[in-house]
Parts: sequence; structure tokens; C-alpha cells
Amino acid sequence: MRDVAIVSFSQLPSVKAIDAADEPELVQPVTSDAMKQVGLTQDDIGFTCSGSTDYLPGRPFSFVAAVDGLKAWPPIRESHVEMDGAFALYEAWVRLMHGDIDTALVFSFGKSSLGPVPDVLNLQNDPYYVQPLGLDSISAAALQAQAMIDAGKATERDFADVVARNRRNAIDNPNAHIKGDFSIDEMLEEPYISSPLRKSFCPPLSDSAAAIVLAAGDTAKKLAKKPAWIRGIDHRTEPHALGQRDLTASPSAKLAAEKAGVGKGKVDVAELHAPFAHQEIILREAMGLGDEVSINPSGGALAANSLMTAGLIRFGEAAARILSGDANRAVAHTTNGVCLQHNLVAVLEGE
Amino acid sequence: MSEILSAPYVLEYTYTRSTGPVVGRFLESLRYEVLEGVKTADGRVLCPPLEYDEDGEPTTGEFVTLRPSGTVKSWSWVQEPRKGHPFDRPFAWALIQVDGTDNAMVHAVDAGKAKRMRTGMRVRLRWADEKDGTIRDIACFEPIAPFTPGPVHLEYDVNPGEHYSAYLRGLKQGKLIGGRDPEAGNVYVPPRGADPMTGNPTSEYVEVADVGVLTTFAIIRIPFEGQKLTPPYCFGAIVLDGADSPIYHLISGVPHDEIRMGMRVKAKWKPQDQWETSLENILYFEPTGEPDAPFDSFKEHL
Repeated sequence: MRDVAIVSFSQLPSVKAIDAADEPELVQPVTSDAMKQVGLTQDDIGFTCSGSTDYLPGRPFSFVAAVDGLKAWPPIRESHVEMDGAFALYEAWVRLMHGDIDTALVFSFGKSSLGPVPDVLNLQNDPYYVQPLGLDSISAAALQAQAMIDAGKATERDFADVVARNRRNAIDNPNAHIKGDFSIDEMLEEPYISSPLRKSFCPPLSDSAAAIVLAAGDTAKKLAKKPAWIRGIDHRTEPHALGQRDLTASPSAKLAAEKAGVGKGKVDVAELHAPFAHQEIILREAMGLGDEVSINPSGGALAANSLMTAGLIRFGEAAARILSGDANRAVAHTTNGVCLQHNLVAVLEGE
Repeated sequence: MSEILSAPYVLEYTYTRSTGPVVGRFLESLRYEVLEGVKTADGRVLCPPLEYDEDGEPTTGEFVTLRPSGTVKSWSWVQEPRKGHPFDRPFAWALIQVDGTDNAMVHAVDAGKAKRMRTGMRVRLRWADEKDGTIRDIACFEPIAPFTPGPVHLEYDVNPGEHYSAYLRGLKQGKLIGGRDPEAGNVYVPPRGADPMTGNPTSEYVEVADVGVLTTFAIIRIPFEGQKLTPPYCFGAIVLDGADSPIYHLISGVPHDEIRMGMRVKAKWKPQDQWETSLENILYFEPTGEPDAPFDSFKEHL
């Protein structure tokens, strides 16, 4: 296996709406900045891969338009996943394993502001048995949260506690969307959207874009003083049907974390992609992350949630702490699908 | 920068979906109000049926007819339904394990109010009036009450008898009347026809005080059918001064953790213009503030 590292990361601040930008306009600032940080241009990139979904702008093949934000002439090696950008990073990592190229550019963009996101996400559900019922993403997550309460694994106060910590952490993050000191008691007074989920237990919907440059071996060492080496990376998925699995646990995150080697050493920082508060509790248990680990110093997806980008930003935030020397061993996580169906876990190390 | 233009936009994919032999059979059966599950190779039953189980094993194609009822495994109450939800009034989403199956189905429960929802509750399927071979041929599920109605309704004219009538007439005048056996001297409130200790008639009426000793009490915290008061509340036995048997009434005007045996209490009466021939003329008993009665003074009345 080749050593591959994250050498740079760029993101747009997550905000409620970036009106004045279409796909190329979202992508261009972050891709050019990520490359510029390490002195590269598109001509130096061996492989480019993006993650996004056309259902956010409602425009089929919108990801093709995003390529215009790159310099794609002469023709470049390019690929796209209809998933969070973190899965594009995984594809780029696999591509770098081939050994014939040394750099890759990964990016993603998410404009959540254009359409009815909770209804768009119903399109992830089974088209015969669930989609026709109109199960929105908040209600699906609520079934999971209630199952946790029934199983005695968490209380609503635990959910509020997770939100308060994430949004407090986000105070120091200039790119976060919702931040501040939030009162747990006041959160617990909010009306339910879909019980037991109150507004604060749900993520904001944000617009953003992010880009990461990956480099292999000596190239990585040349480009960054302290590359964030990907020491392990794995993703696992569970059955699709909600009634076919235990919603209170995440065997896929557990297995991916084992395969990525999370437990092989002390974890300084973990950036977990848990859009709903209760999901952080499930993920920590699955991945064996104890109280000694700093969870989501950026504020996580509860503070900034650009769909298809929030996962790649977890990788960027984890890597940034290694690139800066603040942490030596970090875990980055991204989820995909309904109720944590699919989980990607990586271990990043400075040494 | 100039203003960003904006316009409404609708995205539709008007594709049709082929259903295949497993999903297709299940959906077709719904048209005839038949609920079916499919058997897995290891003998489990899945409803809704799937082509493959979670281990990736093909299911057997053997269908079983199911009772249209099940158990809620998780739920979420939606007070304000979104566009596209199955109801435009409050309802619950639920994972429902249909009886005789080993997985769960996502569907809606029409429960009226969130208080009726709980994990483990029993629900029955309600069919849609119009069917079109989709999952919405199941309109929803609805709660199954764990009891059947068993109403008894009989109408009587009550005659409380001579002694109790005297007691009730006393209450109308704001008096508490007891009956005494002249020989033994025991006073019973309300009066009875005879002293149960001696068997003698209680031939004399005496008025007792509306002040007495709280001999014992209970704090009711559990709701029950037909309950008039909202828990928690305190119910106590009071031996009125001059009486040898207790009456039972509410204890109020004092924090529950300060209520104790031996506490001196006094009746809190309704305004006089509301008095009827009823013990409800007294709202409750409240502490007088006098020193407690020693235990030995009321131990015979417990």
C-alpha cells in the first residue's frame, strides 16, 4: 500500500444560502485555493473526483457543469460520485493506489438552499415500500432517536447535551453556520418537529463547498511540512430497509473503524458526521471513542450542514489539525443514507 | 453586484417502475386486502417482502398470509404534517412488526394524539378505500385498545335510610351528625343503625366538631379510570373531636411531605349558599396548626 496524505483543505463558510453562485462558481474558489496552498495547478493533478447530488439544485447532471470550475482542458482524468465528497476522497485514494499518479484533487459542493431537502432525502428510501408514504429525513431520524430512548441508550437531555457541546465548539470556527452557547433547558422546551426530535436536535441546512488535495509518498512530503497521512480507511454499509436492522447501533461504523485501525492508538481528535444529535452517541459507541477524545472541535454537522459536503469537511477539519501540528492522530468519519446506513471511517496521522 | 434572478422550478421524473415477482405479488395482494409476507431460507418471514434477506440470501418465494395487525417497534409523532405526508392531521410514523414476521414495516399510525403512542403498542391495519396496487393501499395502522367495551348502565333511586338521611340533612346545615349508643357511649360518624361493638341501637344523634385528628393517609400518584382529581393528591382518615370512628376526606393546604399521622385538621367548607345534602360541602381538611395528637390518643381508631 502506498502512503497517501491529505496535504491541503479549503472550504467556503457554511451559510443559509449562497445565492450568488452556481456550481462552477461554488467550486472554483475552493479547488483553486486548495491547490494554491501547496503550489499546484490543475495541470499538476493526476486525478480529480467530486461528490454531489443533482437533487439539491434539481438539475440533472449538475456535476458536469461543476467541471467548468476546474481547468479541464486539455482533458483531465475526472470522476464523480453521487455521494458526499468524502466518498470521492475514498475513490481518489483507491486511484492513487494504482501507483501511476501522485496527486489527486477532491471536491464537493452542496446548495441545500434551493429545494425541499427533507423531501429530497425521501428519495433515498425504498421506492416501493417507503417513498410513496413520504417519509422525510427528519421523521426517519426520529424513529431512530425514539428507538434509542426505548432501548435506554440515551435521553432527550443527552441529545441536547450533544448539541450544546458541538455548537459551543463551533464558536471558534469561522466557517460554522450555527454557533454559540445554547441552553439545554431551553432546547428541551422547543416543540417537536417529529418527536422526539426538536429543532435543535436537527442539523441546519447550509450551502458550502470544500476541496482537498491528496498526495502520495515523497510528493506529499514535498508539498506539506506535516502531511495528514491516511493510515487506514474503510467503508461499510448495512441493509437498506429501516425495519431490517437495529437502529440503535451501527455495526457498519464499528466494522469500518476496526478495519481503519481506530483502536490501534490514542485518538486526539475525531470529526464525526452526525447530522442528528442522537447519531453522535451511536457513532461514539460503535467506534469506541471515549471521553478522552476531542469530538468535533469544529462543531460538526450540527453546526454546519451542507449536504454532500459536510462529510468531506469532517476529513478536512481532522486533517487541518494534523497539518497545523495541533493533533497527531485523528479520526474522520462520514455517513451516507438513511439513519446511518453507510459509514466511512479514516485514521489520519502526522507521523 | 446586480440582483440575482430567481424563479420557481419543478423537477419530475415520470418513470414507471417494474416490481418483479416478490414486490409485485405483495403489492397486487394489497388490492384484495390480503397482507402477505415471504419466507426466508432460514424460515423467517419478512413483511414487506424482500427479494433478498440481510445476509444476501434469496428469499424462497413462498408467501404466507398474515393477520393485518402488529406491534410498534419505534415511532415518531408529527404534530404538523409536511406536504407529502400520508395525513394532513397529526399522526405518527412507526416501524411496525406485523404479527408472525421477523422484520418491521415503515408506515403511519392514525392515533389522534401523541399520548396514545408508545413502543410495544398493538396496532391493526386499516385498508384504503381506493386501491391502486401501491403501499398506500394500506391507509395506515390504528391503535388496538387492549380491552373491549364492557359497559354496565343501571338506573336506581337511592334511599340512604333514616340514619344516613339525618347525617346528610345535618351537612346541609353545616353540621356533622353522629349516632350514639346511649349505653356504651360510642359515637359513629356517619351514624349507623346500631353500635357494631355492642349491637345496641344508636338511638341518639349528637353533633361532633368539624375539627379532628388525621389518623392515617395516602398520597395518590397513579391515574385511574374515572378519577375526578389530578394526581398527586392526599386522602386521609379523620377522627373528628367527639367521634369514635373516622370519616374520609381530602387533605390539602399543606405540602405533601409535611402531612403526618396525628396532625390536627379542620374542615374547609364551601360557601354556605352552595351547601347541599352532601359531604362535598366540605372541600377538604387542612391543618389547624395545633400541636399533634399523641399516637396513643388515636391508636384505637386506626
